[in-house]
Amino acid sequence: MDSADFADSVRLDAAEWDRRGAVPAKVIWTMAQAGFLATDLPARYGGCDRTQAGLGELCADLGGVCSGLRGLVTVQGMVAAAVLRWGTVDQRVRWLPGLARGELLAGFAATEPCAGSDLSAVTTSVVPERGGLRVRGNKVWITFGQLAHVFLVLAELAGRPVAVLVESDRPGTVVEPVQGQLGMRAAQLADVRFDGVLVPPENLIAPPGFGLSHVVGTALDHGRFTVAWGCVGMAEACLRHAATHAANRKQGEVRLAGHQAVRALLGRCLADASTARNQCAHATELRQRAAPEAVVETVLAKYVAARVASAVSERAVQIHGAAGCAEDSPVARFFRDAKVMRIIEGSDEVAEQHLGEYALRWRP
Amino acid sequence: MAGQRPSEVEITVDKVVEDLRVFFSQALTGNVPGPDEDYFAQGLVNSLLALELVAHVEWRFGVSVEVEDLDLDNFRTMNRIAEFVRKKRSVPLP
Repeated sequence: MDSADFADSVRLDAAEWDRRGAVPAKVIWTMAQAGFLATDLPARYGGCDRTQAGLGELCADLGGVCSGLRGLVTVQGMVAAAVLRWGTVDQRVRWLPGLARGELLAGFAATEPCAGSDLSAVTTSVVPERGGLRVRGNKVWITFGQLAHVFLVLAELAGRPVAVLVESDRPGTVVEPVQGQLGMRAAQLADVRFDGVLVPPENLIAPPGFGLSHVVGTALDHGRFTVAWGCVGMAEACLRHAATHAANRKQGEVRLAGHQAVRALLGRCLADASTARNQCAHATELRQRAAPEAVVETVLAKYVAARVASAVSERAVQIHGAAGCAEDSPVARFFRDAKVMRIIEGSDEVAEQHLGEYALRWRP
Repeated sequence: MAGQRPSEVEITVDKVVEDLRVFFSQALTGNVPGPDEDYFAQGLVNSLLALELVAHVEWRFGVSVEVEDLDLDNFRTMNRIAEFVRKKRSVPLP
């Protein structure tokens, strides 16, 4: 199934999902059957060998309908990317096919109450003992944490960063739903506590010391890319909504679109949305050929696209007037979601630090 | 911004170290570490740069960094990376 067709088929349901705080299980299953989950995995591990461009378009299509749908692709893709890149062959065979089929839903558990932008400060611990590894700690803001069968957990082992997979049905894993947050309300977020959960040693991904820089680094890089394209889709959807509203809505004898001020807003939206798409396309091309600067250019793309989604959705709400404030208004929902996009997967401020360092490389 | 990918050029330990010197002088605004200095221990390499370093080594020298290669001893200094690349490519020492 084409992702654009799928997105169209559920467009009108997204408001209800946001209100209820969940994407229906049937829809998740449809996405899995359509090959949207962990879709860029190689076919030999159950994926669809989707190109970076194809992954981007998928995320744009989904992001223009519901951030929750795009969020599912993001978390599944992040964890799959980390296991693909840094797992042993046995680990890839063990985990990747289930992730691609959607039989195993994944959660990315890095953030803690005291460690968000600074993931080196995580205190979740992994202690080797007889029979395996004992995991203890608290993780927050896990997208689709309510549904995840397995979490990729960032922790420390003897003071060195590690990444370990923890299945949600292991004794001691306590999932607490998060509700009522500003955005991504359909993404079934959860806080998860690991109360001395025992996992086998083979659940460790990569040696201690590489859990943050390499395993979580690869996951975050993948996440930034899918979030960036999701923001492109969101901005373009907001522009379409706003243009439609402006073309149809009349006050007095004048259509909104007849006002210079409204056309100017739409023009700025178009310039911004186009910029975001082109920036993401550039990152896509670099990623496709594995250029070394692909990582920092993905940071740039996400930074640009999130700010564009925020600006365009804000203007879209303004153009809609009171209609843009209604409970089920798509642009109102995107306005809230877009703000969240500027905070997650590398906040604006963290991105600016990386981009500033990148800019300093351009000195003669 | 990055250099050209070598195709037929023979890759020696010296060439690897020189390339990495250029990489670090571009990436780091301060002092470039010496060939035996541990830039990880000195806190010069953040997580973004660590991943970029892996990608750069793979792209530039045509090697693949696998999880089995993830050992700080392979990456912590320029000389160690050069030795790692040499082993992976089985290029004789100059």
